[in-house]
Amino acid sequence: MFRRNGSECVAAFAIDEVRVLRKIAGEVVDLMTDGFDRKDPVVDRLFPDIYPDRPEDSAEFRRYTEGELKTGKIDQAGAILAALPDDGPGEVRLDAETAEAWLRAINDARLAMGTRLDISGDTDLGDELDDAVLHDPASSRVFQLSVYAYLGYLQESLLNALPEID
Amino acid sequence: MVGMALPQVAPAETPEIEEVPEDDRPWVTIVWDDPVNLMSYVTWVFQKLFGYSHEKAEKLMLDVHNKGKAVVSSGARERMELDASQLHGYGLWATVDRA
Repeated sequence: MFRRNGSECVAAFAIDEVRVLRKIAGEVVDLMTDGFDRKDPVVDRLFPDIYPDRPEDSAEFRRYTEGELKTGKIDQAGAILAALPDDGPGEVRLDAETAEAWLRAINDARLAMGTRLDISGDTDLGDELDDAVLHDPASSRVFQLSVYAYLGYLQESLLNALPEID
Repeated sequence: MVGMALPQVAPAETPEIEEVPEDDRPWVTIVWDDPVNLMSYVTWVFQKLFGYSHEKAEKLMLDVHNKGKAVVSSGARERMELDASQLHGYGLWATVDRA
């Protein structure tokens, strides 16, 4: 988890954390490049219609903005990959600008995972995880829910470690 | 808790009252509640993107959370489109509509 150190946000990651973060950042990049699919509900969530009841205006607007949005999301995920150790535990130190990129990229990953996991306003993550473990502790859903919860804590810790904006 | 924008309500016929022409009405950017974004993150985005004070940003975030949506900025259409697009960059669910 992140803490403040001088003007930087600092965190020490175990090898499993490094691998998970590399994996989810890589998945965001893939989602924006080879895996980009307009019919994917995750893409729908990351690039919502700007005019919900005017699909033509939304499509027109998207033509001008989608490329830049995609590039931004790839760069954000790239900031995570660039700051992490290649493979192994290690410390990460982020200046304010890189910390912002991390926040945005973690958020993209949480949105993607939350959509795939059917997270709703009524979802209690603890209950959800208990149910999944009871069903099959080795399931992919247990892993995904755990990573989703971990990313929420990591994002919150980074928000708390940021210098005040005001 | 993400919903669609309310349909435009046509004004009743009141010919003697001078209506503001439709094209002169300002536009608004609306942020919708969603089950994933952290409340602290949404507050931070409003501060960062709009330069709002922490108090104002937090109040807007709570409006989104409690009422399902909130108007976060208003003005010319192009400006609202830019705001919404930047909000999408941060992962918030934003749309543009007439005020």
